[in-house]
Amino acid sequence: MRIELDFASILTQWPLLLSGVFWTLGLTAFSAVIGVIVGVAFAWVRISGPGWLKWIVGSYVEFIRNTPFIVQLFFCFFGLPMLGIRLSPEAASVIAMVINLGAYATEIIRAGIQATPRGQAEAGVSLALSRYQVFMHVVLPPALRKVWPALVSQIIIVMLGSAVCGQISTPELSFVANLIQSRNFRAFESYIVATAIYLMLAISVRALLNWAGPRYFFGGRRG
Amino acid sequence: MQDPETTVQTMVHIENLRKSFGSNEVLKGITLDVAPGEVIAIIGKSGSGKSTLLRCINGLETFDSGALKVDGYPLVHDDAKAMRALRQHVGMIFQSFNLFPHLSVGRNIMLAPTLVKKESPAEAVTRAKKLLDRVGLADKFDAFPDQLSGGQQQRVAIARALAMSPSVLLCDEITSALDPELVGEVLRVVESLADEGMTLLMVTHEMSFARRVSDRVVFMHQGLVHEIGPAAELFSAPSTPELRQFLSSIHD
Amino acid sequence: MVEFTLWDIVRNLLLAARWTVLLSLVAFVGGGLVGLGLLILRMSGVRGGARFVAGYVQLFQGTPLLMQLFLAYFGLALFGLELSSWVSAGFALTLYTSAFLVEIWRGCVASIPKGQWEAAQSLALNFGEQLRYIILPQAVRIAIPPTVGFLVQVVKGTALASLIGFVELTKAGTMITNATFRPFLVYGCVAVIYFLLCYPISFYAKSLEGKIHARS
Repeated sequence: MRIELDFASILTQWPLLLSGVFWTLGLTAFSAVIGVIVGVAFAWVRISGPGWLKWIVGSYVEFIRNTPFIVQLFFCFFGLPMLGIRLSPEAASVIAMVINLGAYATEIIRAGIQATPRGQAEAGVSLALSRYQVFMHVVLPPALRKVWPALVSQIIIVMLGSAVCGQISTPELSFVANLIQSRNFRAFESYIVATAIYLMLAISVRALLNWAGPRYFFGGRRG
Repeated sequence: MQDPETTVQTMVHIENLRKSFGSNEVLKGITLDVAPGEVIAIIGKSGSGKSTLLRCINGLETFDSGALKVDGYPLVHDDAKAMRALRQHVGMIFQSFNLFPHLSVGRNIMLAPTLVKKESPAEAVTRAKKLLDRVGLADKFDAFPDQLSGGQQQRVAIARALAMSPSVLLCDEITSALDPELVGEVLRVVESLADEGMTLLMVTHEMSFARRVSDRVVFMHQGLVHEIGPAAELFSAPSTPELRQFLSSIHD
Repeated sequence: MVEFTLWDIVRNLLLAARWTVLLSLVAFVGGGLVGLGLLILRMSGVRGGARFVAGYVQLFQGTPLLMQLFLAYFGLALFGLELSSWVSAGFALTLYTSAFLVEIWRGCVASIPKGQWEAAQSLALNFGEQLRYIILPQAVRIAIPPTVGFLVQVVKGTALASLIGFVELTKAGTMITNATFRPFLVYGCVAVIYFLLCYPISFYAKSLEGKIHARS
């Protein structure tokens, strides 16, 4: 039995694939930035916030981490309109991705902060730095350095998870792959190409973030 | 916020200070007045409350009752702004140095002046370099803490505290974590600060250093000031059996 | 339009959740067996074995699970096999699980201090005996919390099987939403049921980890 694979018909659609890649990267970049900011803020709350707020954030974190992303996405896109909130597929995707990454980032960053020796925070306090300054300049940079690999991994996971967003017609890479195969009936080849592209994206984005982290976010030395 | 007194006769005023950790009363009523430029060594067994007392003076620990004023500033724990104002006048050196590992030596020293005193980076760099020279580490401006020995790190910590121009320096067993051969370089810097007229409160186990450099020595025992007096007197003629026993147990 | 009660909805969702649980267990057990084989391959010193396993892990960890499911479904169909979504989903999830588990287990074995290997060698044990009597017992103890924790990821992964037609909790949610036009309620219930399935597992894994740290 000969299986005939035809990759050419997929690769001729490279402009479409490229647009899908841009959408995937765009969604990921946007969600990563906001998600990490959310993670930093909520990590702070979990460590030094008031009790009731700690409980709210803790519940949010546990709920998101114990439910599938696709359900969170469907809830945002199909469920929220019942409350009068109508979102475009792209908006729903970003919001769901931010909510998802935020929960994981909170836990990852919290672990990093708690691993920073208390003495350094005390030194900062003794130098008359405000609580905010101690957090941003003394505690957070070494914490980010420590957990950067875990944070990068989580961003990659969210990027790969964004493939599901194609199901609500967000024009990212998996949606494009679906579109191509619906036209030329080459499902297997289409998904192989998309999968290969995802793999390359995962490798590149990880390398990029590992390069950028020490440069821009937390200094080049052991923290 | 109260205005600081205009004439400061007493740099540090401690009156009947009490502090408990849970059910354990660690400070049972400490009274002590430190004059400007005085060097006080605080000695005693571990658990006598020495470090706790020191940490109360810059507010790292809160106290339960009593009065505490530093350079005219009272300690108002709920007022963050007041605490920050106070801490600009009190510097602390820690046993474990607590340098910021993600910043170079120079930036360690510059951080507080630029953030708190809003100094310009150029001014801060000049000042940091001068201070590094003062502690004998002029060429280490761009080095990182993990590249330095313990003694060098502690000297950087001293420079970092001095960058805020404090009126009082608190030294919490600053040589206890150092290898013996590195202790001398740190003590030399401290001695030069004393000679220049800095008010110093040091918790220390270095008895010969304390004897040589301090004006008065405070011997703490079970949360109280058990004996206090000029260094020469206290070391050569201890009046209480507890101090005699303590001194004999220290092989110095 | 027929009125559906909350209980109607929840009852149907719970019935579908049975398949979620079943698929999760199949993938977890199957993935564990395959993962074990891969671990042995990796450690056996066979030429290219370690490289193959590393590549295998990189492949499954660097690509979306959704794509893996689609490829299993359409790829196996290429071979002329008319497979139910059960087999495709089970196959894909098993391989996915095996990749993550072998990586977790590899990390646990690597975290055993070198001194243990050296002590075992000095006692004249061969490689297999070193593994069996000294290394693996310790590694297994460390490996239990993250392995249990990964079961949560598997359960969440089964939700994607809905997109190749496998009728589990999420698919049932979609179908019931289409019938009742109440997505907020239905997907809300779906999320809650997943939470009730996953949270106890997460909690258990965390408590196991606490016990390990307390002992060491």
